[in-house]
Amino acid sequence: MSVLVFIDQSEGQIKKSSYEAASYAAQTAEKLGTVAEAIVLGTVADDLAALGNYGIKKVHTVADASLNNFDAQVYAKVISQAAEQTGADVVVFSNNTSGKAIAPRLSVRLKAGLVSGAVALPDTSNGFTVKKSVFSGKAFANITVSSAKKIIGLNPNSFNISTTGGTAEVAALSVSVDAAKVEVVSVNKVNGEVPLSEADIVVSGGRGLKGPENWNLVTDLAKLLGAATACSRPVADIHWRPHHEHVGQTGLAIAPNLYIAIGISGAIQHLAGVNRSKVIVVINKDPEAPFFKAADYGIVGDAFEVMPQIIDAVKKLKGVA
Amino acid sequence: MKILVCISKTPDTTAKIAFADNNTKFATDGVQWIINPYDEWYALVRAIELKEADASTVLHLLNVGGTDSEPIIRKALALGGDEAIRVNTDNADPFYIASQIAAVAKDGGYDLIFTGKETIDYNGSSIGGMVAELLDLPYISHATGFNLEAGKAVVVREIEGGEETDKAALPLVVSCQKGMAEQRIPNMKGIMGARTKPLKVVEPVAAESYTSVASYDLPPAKAGVKLIPADNAAELVRLLHEEAKAI
Ligand SMILES: Cc1cc2nc3c(=O)[nH]c(=O)nc-3n(C[C@H](O)[C@H](O)[C@H](O)COP(=O)(O)OP(=O)(O)OC[C@H]3O[C@@H](n4cnc5c(N)ncnc54)[C@H](O)[C@@H]3O)c2cc1C
Repeated sequence: MSVLVFIDQSEGQIKKSSYEAASYAAQTAEKLGTVAEAIVLGTVADDLAALGNYGIKKVHTVADASLNNFDAQVYAKVISQAAEQTGADVVVFSNNTSGKAIAPRLSVRLKAGLVSGAVALPDTSNGFTVKKSVFSGKAFANITVSSAKKIIGLNPNSFNISTTGGTAEVAALSVSVDAAKVEVVSVNKVNGEVPLSEADIVVSGGRGLKGPENWNLVTDLAKLLGAATACSRPVADIHWRPHHEHVGQTGLAIAPNLYIAIGISGAIQHLAGVNRSKVIVVINKDPEAPFFKAADYGIVGDAFEVMPQIIDAVKKLKGVA
Repeated sequence: MKILVCISKTPDTTAKIAFADNNTKFATDGVQWIINPYDEWYALVRAIELKEADASTVLHLLNVGGTDSEPIIRKALALGGDEAIRVNTDNADPFYIASQIAAVAKDGGYDLIFTGKETIDYNGSSIGGMVAELLDLPYISHATGFNLEAGKAVVVREIEGGEETDKAALPLVVSCQKGMAEQRIPNMKGIMGARTKPLKVVEPVAAESYTSVASYDLPPAKAGVKLIPADNAAELVRLLHEEAKAI
């Protein structure tokens, strides 16, 4: 028995959400009285022994360069071999775009119940129950898994990393790797931009900003704070901002530490995707805007007057001229 | 070309989220049901566009659900599609549902199976991947663009912090999200036509269920907003730094 965590990498670097998953796997293993091990696919530049600091005892690598081409089918088959060889009963993924593609396939291969969108450690007091986000963040469901093996997809930004010190043993795993059927033709990443799902701070704009030409109010603040940028649905629909920035019930659901909403009314569908943010700041000229009911801090005022003051104050705080 | 689009019934986005029977069941009183937006706006509309581009395309819709799913199936047929299949069950376990879809698809000869990226109620993102594994097909999730080039699928998918362009031969399973297509409103001709389109009901095959809902919780209410005067916005920055420790 053990807990296996999939460590997701992109262009050789481990994703932040994978450290959360590693820490989650280690604490799950502790609850189950066993150890956590990790599996890393493809060639990675980061120091894998450092995963020991998150409680991982052993890191299994399959440094086959063909795995730098992401194909969920190939990945699931390799991870299922790893799960068998390590005797894993619980496999943990980050519930990000790779985790969501691989975990369901692995669920079929291992005949293992899958809980995707987990927000807390499993409750093992009576069976195996995992709390997950449902209704796009409007509620939680406690899901009981009845199969012998279990798979958990941990929502990004939902679990505090705890470091334990120590280094992990790193060893190559011998598995068979199929030829990919999905060929990755190109990867197009916006360099230097913080991925929205993993961001600690998100600055978001709505229709109240009147037009894309005013978005510097959002992007300037985001840059100063090292934040990702987001927007309401109509803003993406009218192409003021790219689709991937659309948050809410029909866009991305996020849970940053800080969410700053500028000129967004706070419709129920918008709130659904952002209300798991720890601190919510709302800037809106309408005191009746529903968003204020979901906010921790608010300013009733014109964004065009308030934002330059905020940007100045943050510059002072950060010591930027 | 033969396409299968999986559609699911979900509560309307404005539905009140409340629970009954000691927080073990979603309270459905007064809830309006809709086609899961990702299934409707993106998966279904993109499939309809592919059929419009090539009239020989056969488009089937599939729902795993009880008789109360039929209104949303008719609405989907009003947007497009040749016929619908409903697998008659209320079981909500993702593996069970995926097994039903795979059983229908196995002998259906579909070149493409489209799903939404997730449902807006359980947010599982699991059906597409499970169906693909059950059928031993490749799977591309979170697609924001889909085209056919020389018989191969060219799919743009979202990844953390950007996008990726993938190429794969058919048959293929794809989960769809924003960017794939634009929402459509059914017209009168579509609504009238949908009434006479075939809706086949089949009984479920035997399959395992691995998960069940033990209970639901609502998130704790916010303590209330602290308002800062608009002419003293710097105070907000101080509070975020010193009190909330968020910046
Ligand atoms: C099925 C369905 C799904 C949906 N899914 C989503 C979703 O996922 N995400 C989402 O965001 N929406 C979603 N919506 C849309 C949602 O209902 C709202 O229409 C949308 O969120 C409103 O966007 P907004 O707040 O930017 O614009 P508006 O509602 O137009 O609000 C603009 C706000 O800006 C304020 N404002 C105007 N000028 C200023 C100024 N100078 N300074 C400060 N404030 C100003 C106004 O007071 C107002 O509150 C969905 C709707 C439906 C029906």
